[in-house]
Amino acid sequence: MSHAPRKQIRNLGVFLTLCYVVLFVQLNRYTVFDAEERQNDPRNNRQEIRDFSAPRGTITTADGVLLAHSVESDDRFELQRMYPEGPLFAHVVGTFNPLATGISGVERTYNDELTGDLGFGLEQLGNLLENEEQVGNLTLTLRADVQRVARDQLGDRTGSVVVLDPRDGAIIAAWSNPTYEPEPLASHNFQAALDAAEVLDADPSKPRLARWYQDNLPPGSTFKVVTATAGIQSGNVDADEPEYPREREFLPPTAGSPIENSGGDVCGGALFDILAVSCNTAFARMGVDLTAQQFYDTAVSFGFDQDVPIDLPRPAQSNFPEVAQLEDRPTRAQSAIGGFEVRATPLQMALVAAAVANGGDVPEPHVLKEIRDSDGEVVKTYDADTWTEAMDPTTAGLLRSAMEGIVENGTARGLDDGLEQYAVGGKTGTAPLRGLNSSHAWIIGFAGPPGEDPEVAVAVVVEAAPGVGEQFGGRVAAPIAAAVMQQALQPPPAPAEQQQTGEQPAGQG
Amino acid sequence: MRSARRNTELGLLVLSSLVIVGAYWLASMAQGSEIRESLTPFLGVVLGAPIVGHVAIRRLAPQADGILLPLASLLNGIGYVFIVRLDEHARFKGNLPALQASWLMLGMGAFVATLIFLSQTRTLERYRYTAGLIGLVLLLLPLLPVFGVNQRGSRIWVAFGPVSFQPGEFAKLALAVFFAGYLVDNRELLAVHRNVGALSVPDPKHLGPVLVAWGASLVVMILERDLGSSLLFFTLFIVLLWVATERASYLVIGTLLFVGGVAFSINTFSHVRQRVDILRNPWPHADGAGKQLVETMYAMADGGILGTGINLGDPLTVPLARTDFIFTAITEELGLMGATAILVSFLLIIGAGLRIALRASNGFDALLAVGLTTLLGFQAFVIIAGVIRVLPLTGVALPFVSYGGSSLLANYVLLALLLRISDNSVPRDVDATEFVAVGA
Repeated sequence: MSHAPRKQIRNLGVFLTLCYVVLFVQLNRYTVFDAEERQNDPRNNRQEIRDFSAPRGTITTADGVLLAHSVESDDRFELQRMYPEGPLFAHVVGTFNPLATGISGVERTYNDELTGDLGFGLEQLGNLLENEEQVGNLTLTLRADVQRVARDQLGDRTGSVVVLDPRDGAIIAAWSNPTYEPEPLASHNFQAALDAAEVLDADPSKPRLARWYQDNLPPGSTFKVVTATAGIQSGNVDADEPEYPREREFLPPTAGSPIENSGGDVCGGALFDILAVSCNTAFARMGVDLTAQQFYDTAVSFGFDQDVPIDLPRPAQSNFPEVAQLEDRPTRAQSAIGGFEVRATPLQMALVAAAVANGGDVPEPHVLKEIRDSDGEVVKTYDADTWTEAMDPTTAGLLRSAMEGIVENGTARGLDDGLEQYAVGGKTGTAPLRGLNSSHAWIIGFAGPPGEDPEVAVAVVVEAAPGVGEQFGGRVAAPIAAAVMQQALQPPPAPAEQQQTGEQPAGQG
Repeated sequence: MRSARRNTELGLLVLSSLVIVGAYWLASMAQGSEIRESLTPFLGVVLGAPIVGHVAIRRLAPQADGILLPLASLLNGIGYVFIVRLDEHARFKGNLPALQASWLMLGMGAFVATLIFLSQTRTLERYRYTAGLIGLVLLLLPLLPVFGVNQRGSRIWVAFGPVSFQPGEFAKLALAVFFAGYLVDNRELLAVHRNVGALSVPDPKHLGPVLVAWGASLVVMILERDLGSSLLFFTLFIVLLWVATERASYLVIGTLLFVGGVAFSINTFSHVRQRVDILRNPWPHADGAGKQLVETMYAMADGGILGTGINLGDPLTVPLARTDFIFTAITEELGLMGATAILVSFLLIIGAGLRIALRASNGFDALLAVGLTTLLGFQAFVIIAGVIRVLPLTGVALPFVSYGGSSLLANYVLLALLLRISDNSVPRDVDATEFVAVGA
């Protein structure tokens, strides 16, 4: 045809087709071959933006107090996270701001569940066909009433209160002071949120640190419960034997300086006696008599030097010296009374008390009770398990009696104030801080109906501070522990009606 | 038999309508969807306009190609569903669905009017120089101080009071008419080559038009900062020159000139250099000029092979998702499959357009069909290539798919021109046997 040069038009067709083939190849790279790398690119914040605008479930205490919910916002993220209880639960609930200050606390651990990823059950399959957004609503094991008592009792002193159920590890209260106001960190004004976080992070009192499980301290004499466990399990110690010598100070072989008793007292005797008065010289001897391996294994069986399987982000480990260090007798002697480089989180010490109360098993600590779907149906219940076995039941029984003895006529006498109708056991601790002329005041304990398994275990620490002088666990920490256990042993108030479906906050489907 | 093509066209229109309605239904059923029911009448416009076009073709161009209109309406419909879906979720609703439907009505009006008033494309041939002048004016209009508008680094918009448009979309039609007419006149002259050594090169004294086109395209690139349109116009001219003269040397010369011009611009003008830098590595510009390209990569990665599903992705993280980056949104939510369907649709349009060129009844028609097809097919290529980093990003619309009145209006006129050429073409193949059958 003279009108149309066939060859050129054909070639043009080939050329344009090749152009589109190039596009097709590049599209394959974009959607398939490079996709995973780009989805994992740290600069890719699409998932975070999705999280922002995705409907998100509520977080509620066991007694029905609303801790976190989403309300509609006018900006591009559609939903704003709110924390009605403010600082009271900030160290547990955390904050949600994936594009600025991040996600912390329960908001982080249960992010998938909150956004409705509840695993694939048949009921979820059915929900696919309904035009509604599925979310998971969390109920925590914590109780607002107990938490408030912990807050009020500790006041403005720096420290932590941990209350848990020794039978299953359910955390009933977990309070640390200082804390922070969570809502500014969740602001969609990212600069304001980042500024708020910067101010908090610059504060030397570290208000964002959840001291109750993210910080470890010298546990002082509360650690003697662990030493006693090692002594009993090793066969060296029982209720009557040995009788430790009554003395003012004890110089372990090769040590440079002697171990003294608190206040320069003279003490000694059998297990119950030395626990009741927290006799340093006797426990130092008990530690020296253990082998390094025995001592270390017992500490590990309580959870020391282990990652804590708690359902909260970044828990601190509790530390115990290595076997090689423990071969040194003065080190064993110091470690036996909670000195040297022994460090424990308040949570860990509450678990020590729980192990004694629970027949020797350390339960898995957790804050989640159950998850309900948008219709209010329970879709997941926390499956409580044993974390580690610290001792056999016989040892536990012996130690339980001994710790009840400490409350009856020992250093922990204040622990049963207001708990006269319960069986209460405890152990005090006073960990002096060199150079500060002050001490961490500790107490751990448990309580329950007489003759039955204890229903509540507790650890309280009031941290050393300049100018307060030496503070004793039995005097400073015991009243706090008594008050929170008293509240925890009351049946929780009935959940408020506000949590029923139909009156849920925006974004709940 | 005469209406066989029309019946095919109607059948294909029904199919494309089913796809559009299905997509719209899916978009409105998606979780969290908030498509207003008040928008439903506009869907009626999107489905009804092609039927109007079909009836017009039946009456005015019954022998015309039968797949162009269904393909255009499919692209238009998919684009419309995404415009609805994006606009309904955008922070600042632009009421774009209503506007796009209105532009479609205008576009279809222009389509029918073109078929009515233009029974012979040769009428256009007579006004080729006028068309050339109009094309040049339209092309350079955005540079005028009062009317021209700077938008997002390019100067391709013109505003007359409240009405603003991209004159480049209309300039391309005028220039295609001019080039086709001019080259039909001068093809023998331009085909004269001399042998220099082993090479056959055009006579230098006939290179004037090439240099004028090259200069104009450089002006567009440098002053209007519109690399895509520049490439499109120059490609159009060189392709037509090559097809008209059947001399491949023009392709070589054209490519060398364009590459030289681009290289010169990269070294001379920072804004051109920046576009190329962003093409090669957009990440350092992820918070600025490279944001769309980076977000496109993330969005398409989320799309995968099958896509997130209509209304289930987050295409609004990509700025300008409703216009320049609608292809990103489609790829995210319909995946590689959906994106490939768009590519194939354009390839089918190109195939139909070139077939029309091959069967054109005269040289002008053939060249015009080649030009219009190249414009449509190459413009779609340029914008998609810009989005997925094959070429520097450019602000031209994806024909029929993007939101945009100028683009829609111009492309429906383009479609009408192709169909008019097709209707006037020499009957062949099936049609030829039909003649025999009728004669017998």
